[in-house]
Amino acid sequence: MTKVTLTVNGRSLSGEAEGRTLLSSFLREELGLTGTHVGCDTSQCGACVVHVDGLAVKSCTVLAQDVDGASVTTIEGMANADGSLATIQQAFQDHHGLQCGFCTPGMVMSAAALLKDNPKPTEAEVRHHLEGNICRCTGYHNIVKAVMAASGQDVSGVGIAAE
Amino acid sequence: MPKDGGIGASTKRREDLRFLTGNGRYTDDLNLRGQLHAYFLRSQVAHGRIDKIDTADAAAMPGVVRIFTAKDFEAVGGIPCGWQVTDKHGQPMQEPKHPVLAEGKVRHVGDPIAVVVAESAEQARDASEAIVVDITELPAAVDMKAALAADAPKVHDDLTSNLCYDWGFVEENKAAVDEAFANAAHVTTLELVNQRLVANPMEPRVAVGDYDPWNDQSTLYTTSQNPHVIRLLMGAFVLGIPEHKLRVVAPDVGGGFGSKIFHYAEEAFCTFAARQLKKPVKWTSSRSEAFLSDAQGRDHVTKMQLALDADNNFTAIRTETYANMGAYLSTFAPSVPTWLHGTLMAGNYKTPLIYVNVKAVFTNTVPVDAYRGAGRPEATYQLERIVDKAARELGVDPIALRRQNFIQPDQFPYATPVAVEYDTGNYDATMDKMLEVADYAGFAARAEESKKRGKLRGFGIAHYIEACGIAPSNLVGQLGARAGLYESATVRVNATGSISVFTGSHSHGQGHETTFAQVVADMIGIDAGQVEINHGDTSNTPMGMGTYGSRSLAVGGSALVKATNKIINKAKKIAAHLLEAAEADIELKDGKFSVAGTDKAVDWAGVTLAAYVPHNYPLESMEPGLEETAFYDPSNFTYPAGAYGCELEVDPETGKVEILAFTAADDFGNVVNPMIVEGQVHGGLAQGIGQALMENCVYDADGQLVSGSFMDYAMPRADDVPNYKVDHSCNTPCTHNPLGVKGCGEAGAIGSPPAVINGVIDALQRGGYSHVTHIDMPASPSRVWAAMNGK
Amino acid sequence: MYNFDFVKPASVADAVAALAGEEAQPLSGGMTLLPSMKQRLNAPATLVSLTGIDALKGVCREGNMLVIGAATPHAVVAKEAAADYPALAALAGQIGDPMVRNRGTIGGSLANNDPSACYPSATLASGATIVTNTREIAADDFFQGMFSTALHEGEIITAVKFPIPEKAAYAKFMQPASRFALTGAFVAKYADGVRVAITGASEGGVFRWSEGEAALSSNFSAEALNGLSASADGMIGDLHGTPDYRAHLVGVMTRRAVAAAH
Ligand SMILES: Cc1cc2nc3c(=O)[nH]c(=O)nc-3n(C[C@H](O)[C@H](O)[C@H](O)COP(=O)(O)OP(=O)(O)OC[C@H]3O[C@@H](n4cnc5c(N)ncnc54)[C@H](O)[C@@H]3O)c2cc1C
Ligand code: FES
Ligand code: FES
Repeated sequence: MTKVTLTVNGRSLSGEAEGRTLLSSFLREELGLTGTHVGCDTSQCGACVVHVDGLAVKSCTVLAQDVDGASVTTIEGMANADGSLATIQQAFQDHHGLQCGFCTPGMVMSAAALLKDNPKPTEAEVRHHLEGNICRCTGYHNIVKAVMAASGQDVSGVGIAAE
Repeated sequence: MPKDGGIGASTKRREDLRFLTGNGRYTDDLNLRGQLHAYFLRSQVAHGRIDKIDTADAAAMPGVVRIFTAKDFEAVGGIPCGWQVTDKHGQPMQEPKHPVLAEGKVRHVGDPIAVVVAESAEQARDASEAIVVDITELPAAVDMKAALAADAPKVHDDLTSNLCYDWGFVEENKAAVDEAFANAAHVTTLELVNQRLVANPMEPRVAVGDYDPWNDQSTLYTTSQNPHVIRLLMGAFVLGIPEHKLRVVAPDVGGGFGSKIFHYAEEAFCTFAARQLKKPVKWTSSRSEAFLSDAQGRDHVTKMQLALDADNNFTAIRTETYANMGAYLSTFAPSVPTWLHGTLMAGNYKTPLIYVNVKAVFTNTVPVDAYRGAGRPEATYQLERIVDKAARELGVDPIALRRQNFIQPDQFPYATPVAVEYDTGNYDATMDKMLEVADYAGFAARAEESKKRGKLRGFGIAHYIEACGIAPSNLVGQLGARAGLYESATVRVNATGSISVFTGSHSHGQGHETTFAQVVADMIGIDAGQVEINHGDTSNTPMGMGTYGSRSLAVGGSALVKATNKIINKAKKIAAHLLEAAEADIELKDGKFSVAGTDKAVDWAGVTLAAYVPHNYPLESMEPGLEETAFYDPSNFTYPAGAYGCELEVDPETGKVEILAFTAADDFGNVVNPMIVEGQVHGGLAQGIGQALMENCVYDADGQLVSGSFMDYAMPRADDVPNYKVDHSCNTPCTHNPLGVKGCGEAGAIGSPPAVINGVIDALQRGGYSHVTHIDMPASPSRVWAAMNGK
Repeated sequence: MYNFDFVKPASVADAVAALAGEEAQPLSGGMTLLPSMKQRLNAPATLVSLTGIDALKGVCREGNMLVIGAATPHAVVAKEAAADYPALAALAGQIGDPMVRNRGTIGGSLANNDPSACYPSATLASGATIVTNTREIAADDFFQGMFSTALHEGEIITAVKFPIPEKAAYAKFMQPASRFALTGAFVAKYADGVRVAITGASEGGVFRWSEGEAALSSNFSAEALNGLSASADGMIGDLHGTPDYRAHLVGVMTRRAVAAAH
């Protein structure tokens, strides 16, 4: 076991890791941050996305020891300081961008990374960017809508047949 | 305008707050003190005789607490099947034992052989590799038709063959159906495959068993859609633990789509091992393991025929289906190809004579059971494909052919020849709406534009009906269900007027915590924030059958309405006493009880306080307190229906299909929360489009799973699907439940596969590929290209 | 995963020394190695992380060469190669998804030589040179069939040198599930001729499509390929496409790449 120290959501936290301990396990089991989910073992689903030193990564495919000393942001660190939902989180609620909620932490983290690089993405850009995040519940429509709304774009016309 | 938080309002979901901040409580988030970890050693061959299991070396590995094999389960029952189908000769289906751990033989890749329980999950897995298992591999039965040959390898040696049952429906109609075919002016024949699918909810299954020896209490935390069903099946049939000593909790559950209905060996194992070891035992499935141990879906091979008279009226339908059961009977497996499939074979049409034959077959593959839609997608796909094919053969418009044969609004209630009675519907209305929203009129011009870009554009149509809200208990009892299918609710009004609801339904994405609160708040006229919905724990919810088959609002919601009405009736009596008026004169509006025609009133909290602080209360005639439980057993199924239109392009060079627009016009009856209903349709559409174009669970001839991970099993991603246009304004309320609701959870997955495939065929036909009359799902690029090029 | 010791050297020399140990293996982005270790298909005793070695990172232009450090993530190549070698940058931007591109590296991709991977096609079509801690290897000699390369035990790729073409493009047809290349064609036009490398299609891994090259070298246009098709012999047949289909896609994707080349 080796000691690993990370700055997680602004706080310095340490724990023990084996060589094989994945960042996702380290966050969930060692630090008790269970908001980061694990939905596959082939690095495809994106339920586990966190930011390491500002970049979105799949925490199930990063060794904890390999990022010793890094700064990590997880879904638990996304809300505003006063506890209210951040814009991207609020947009997911407003536009029903989640159902079971299991893919949601990874979706939010992935979407946040997109908006950082591309503050006004087109629908096609949003869909393309989210290709590493699988959601089985929503059919993506409302996720895409939420991400676009979070970027300040008008989504009132998207896919509503009756209006 | 519906009141905010009331019935009909797109109230935002309260559960989202915890999910969006990483504070959901999923089963794997739970870590009990002193918990041990289980690793299942699974068969790597599809069929084999277990000659020897030697666990001695493994038992000595670091961290290992105990290793279990079938021997440890000799005193324990098998995993039960919840539905017994009777075959066409009146005989019960063949029902093999499904042991918790493989006994003597392994029957599919993934069949559990032994379980290592150790201090950490990695230690358990490390040790599993030291278990020596000698297996003599046997030839595997994989292809269904081959599995029925006289010399086929038998999956279960103690059964007479691999045939589970041969079901005829309605057997008495068979001769009349054959006669109608003999007299038909035209017969259309279609052979098709409804491929095997993997449900793949994003949360893999997890089970945590716990045992409190001082109270002899077992608790199972599990990823289930129906904790009471698990408690009943596991307690009564597998482990012999009475209900009062067994608690089953399904906390936040990350999707199910059917695959988390069933009782699984891992649940029984963790509960059993925790009792043996007197420590919590946890098992978390990996995705790879899920591909080998979650029950899979569909897998039907069908030959279907449609008879028409000279005026193009449908006169008869005849189908012959082979349905794969896999190696064991999963909880509801036998019902899916029979009662959930045959009864829907009339679709939206007036076809007077129908005969459905289903042969259910055991094979050396993972068990197959209900997956979103369960039986109804299979029926809809057959019907809507064959109607399209018939229209093409006859040279008539597929929309007109459908309309001509639709059951008309004045024919309801309409008894079909396959034993169900539709209560309401208006199929022309949904068809009109879909064509309008999809701008079908402008399609020809768009197709021209595509042609200029070298693409083939097509428009596919499907009209579906489904039977939801399963179901009248006495009826399903006659059909072989070994359970009732009512639902329950307890409404506990607290002294200050807030309300705690306990429902037997379970939410794993459907948003019950929000919609159920809307129903109660609307009925009483209080703020929805005053109502809390509790679900998923057998220790505090009344016995309920759980969430599947689009039944939560239609059945669970109805129980909730019944219980709330009981509350309102009692509250009115209390109000009458407080207001010194006759009960008949009391009106409840906006959370206030008043005496009709006067300004005398007492508000909701005044009544609830009186119920719990009964100083001024008619104690001689009424009990204090305000808490009611209701059970609701539906009198019929509900019948959502709708028209789906899929506009797509085929790239003739690569065979790749791109969906450009998808329109759904559904009749769900009344809608409590439109936002949530639309979300349910979206999700169903993505799964249906996934089935139509991408997903395929494939075994090779030896029974090895070829598509065992997301590397080969194609899950739809954000850029594989379009924006959806969904409409639910054509609404004929259900006539037999109090909310007039029909259910919306499965519709999208039922109506979309035929719409997509009809669209692909339409595009190819318009593009001059007239030899292509059918492509089996998934219509992957390589398959479409092969069909176009006759390869 | 089996357990292992983890080391993270700061220099190539230290990494090479660490790799001399019993059953030591380099770890770069981990996007291929870690999933295969989760399936317990690999059991190294020591993993030597290359992510802490600055000398292995970066994209820089040296004359008519673009030199990319082995541990440079795909996302960095997508951005930093865009001006000098846009087709290569575009290829990097199509690998996997954004999270994969933030970790996965060119060195890892080439060392792995997955028959469906993207980079091998660009490397072979560009006639690039693979630089290791001991030598330089021409792309034509480097790829030796699926999952097999000219690398020796303990040898690590340090950089890849790409001659910059006049025109080039990559056309990828995605396998629907994994989104690797079902068939991908990289076309690069140089003063002395055109090179075409195909990935995803052949059981032998990435290969040069010589008929396509011959036709394009005399006439660099999509029409030059009309009527040409690759043979289905030796093509991969699986759930996602038959050998015939892949052979057909070789022509289609090459034509599309030529049409897109700039
Ligand atoms: C979801 C997903 C999608 C993907 N999609 C694509 C795709 O579309 N196209 C594509 O091409 N790839 C794809 N990949 C693979 C990805 O590009 C990997 O990043 C790449 O193949 C391996 O690079 P790595 O840096 O991650 O290497 P690692 O996984 O760290 O290592 C791979 C192998 O190379 C060895 N190695 C690593 N670095 C060196 C070195 N410098 N010298 C010698 N040996 C070394 C390792 O020991 C190991 O054997 C995908 C991966 C994932 C998880
Ligand atoms: S859990 Fe990390 S990608 Fe699936
Ligand atoms: S909300 Fe359930 S997987 Fe996305």
